Amino acid sequence: MIGAVVHRGRALFDIYRANARITMMSQFQYRARNVMTLVGFLTEPVVYLAVWTTVADAKGGSVGGYTPGTLAAYFIVWTLVRSMNVVFTPYGFEWRIRSGEMSGALLRPTHPIHHDLAAFAGWKVVWFVMWLPIGAALVVLFRPTLHPQAVEIAVFAVAIWGAYLIRSLFQWLIGLVTFFTTRVAALFEIYIVAELMLSGRLVPMSLMPTWVRTVSSFTPFPWTFGFPIEALVGQLGTRALLLGLATQLLWIGIGTGLLALVWRAAVRRYAAVGN
Amino acid sequence: MRILRLAALHLRVVAMYEMQYRVNFFLQLFQSLLATATGLAVLALVYGQVDELNGWTRPELLVVLGVFTVLGGFVQALVKPALVQFMDEVADGKLDYVLTKPVDAQLLVSIRAVRFWQGVDVVVGTVVMAVGAARLHPGPGWLEVSGFLAGLGLAAVILYCFLLLLATSAFWFVRVDSFVESFDGIYQAGRWPVGIYPGWLRIGLTVVVPVGFAVTVPAQALTGQLGWRTLAGAALLALVLAVVTRVCWRLGLRQYSGASA
Repeated sequence: MIGAVVHRGRALFDIYRANARITMMSQFQYRARNVMTLVGFLTEPVVYLAVWTTVADAKGGSVGGYTPGTLAAYFIVWTLVRSMNVVFTPYGFEWRIRSGEMSGALLRPTHPIHHDLAAFAGWKVVWFVMWLPIGAALVVLFRPTLHPQAVEIAVFAVAIWGAYLIRSLFQWLIGLVTFFTTRVAALFEIYIVAELMLSGRLVPMSLMPTWVRTVSSFTPFPWTFGFPIEALVGQLGTRALLLGLATQLLWIGIGTGLLALVWRAAVRRYAAVGN
Repeated sequence: MRILRLAALHLRVVAMYEMQYRVNFFLQLFQSLLATATGLAVLALVYGQVDELNGWTRPELLVVLGVFTVLGGFVQALVKPALVQFMDEVADGKLDYVLTKPVDAQLLVSIRAVRFWQGVDVVVGTVVMAVGAARLHPGPGWLEVSGFLAGLGLAAVILYCFLLLLATSAFWFVRVDSFVESFDGIYQAGRWPVGIYPGWLRIGLTVVVPVGFAVTVPAQALTGQLGWRTLAGAALLALVLAVVTRVCWRLGLRQYSGASA
């Protein structure tokens, strides 16, 4: 019995390792395109940074506890977290259904999400390497105030993977809507707006009104952007850091449970399209 | 006259085609309203902290948001679809069919494809602009409004020329769709007046990718902050871009070697 579980675990681990490696190797070939993607991510944080730096200056040097220096640190770390947060999107599900690729994926003996998780995890390695020079350039341009301690760096390194898992699970959940209707754009856009407002993606949560912060604390969003960034940039303290990791774990559990439920219903509804 | 008739004819064909997909209108309206609501929420956040952002009051920034939405709708509905089709045709050699027609090729390329429903953004943006303008004190007079219309026209020319210039590089590099795609990301910077950006970025958004400049100039005109020098500068930029684009187009056509060669 235990032997079988161990065996299955090893098999799954091998699948992850192989898939991650394949994506990593193939994406390392397209270096220019991957750098362009990362550069494309820069407009969003640079705009936010410019706006809130202007606000901080107008208020005499700080807004919501952030100075221009810590704001710069927040949005530079943001760019790394953003690249970690890229997951298989619901639009990809539309394509998988319409092209018939999903039918093939369903025939595999493992749940298709393992494939996605492993592939995008391998891709992160490529992006991390390419992010390093971009991050260095941003540091020179915007002069952030950043003095992380060892424990903060350690928590950050774990939290970005937690963020990756949470965002993967919830976008997969939205993606599964395509099993019921093949148009998911409207729902996904609502999700993105909710994420902008509630996650710390648009602005550090301490700049939000209290009621928005209250609402966000009941959602998985702050654990995908705000928490990892603040772990490195803010002054959270060891207790808050560990509590944050625990909450990420809780949301990973909730996401997995929901996914298991919806998956069963969705597969029953699935009708192949394409050839 | 013939040009106008040709454009009207193309528009009619596109309209007939898009009328088949009426649900897309509601989808587009929904997306427009969601994006505008998000923009308004961000403005509320900023003006919850300060009364003026780099000298811009809340109604003035509402005008900026409106201009941003209108010009974004113009680009998505009229400019980008035409250029995307053009780039595809260069890649697979179908541009030959355009070149054999007895009209100027640049003109024909620019009017063929329209994404009708994206035009919803123009309507939504106009409403936002009107609400912002109505709250200005003092309200805009005829001088401001005519400056605004001139600025909007110049901005449209600047954006069209800039995007066509990007697309024209397809004659040399063939696969350039990612250039035009990355424009969408950079365009987001136009949501805010160009003056809030640090110096090097402000220059970039004025000269290199003239997005910030294009949105800011009409908004400045309507809110009475526009000097004639900036307007003249915009006119000069539009003129220079139009000439450069035309020259590059001619050079590119000479470079083009034809069907799947």
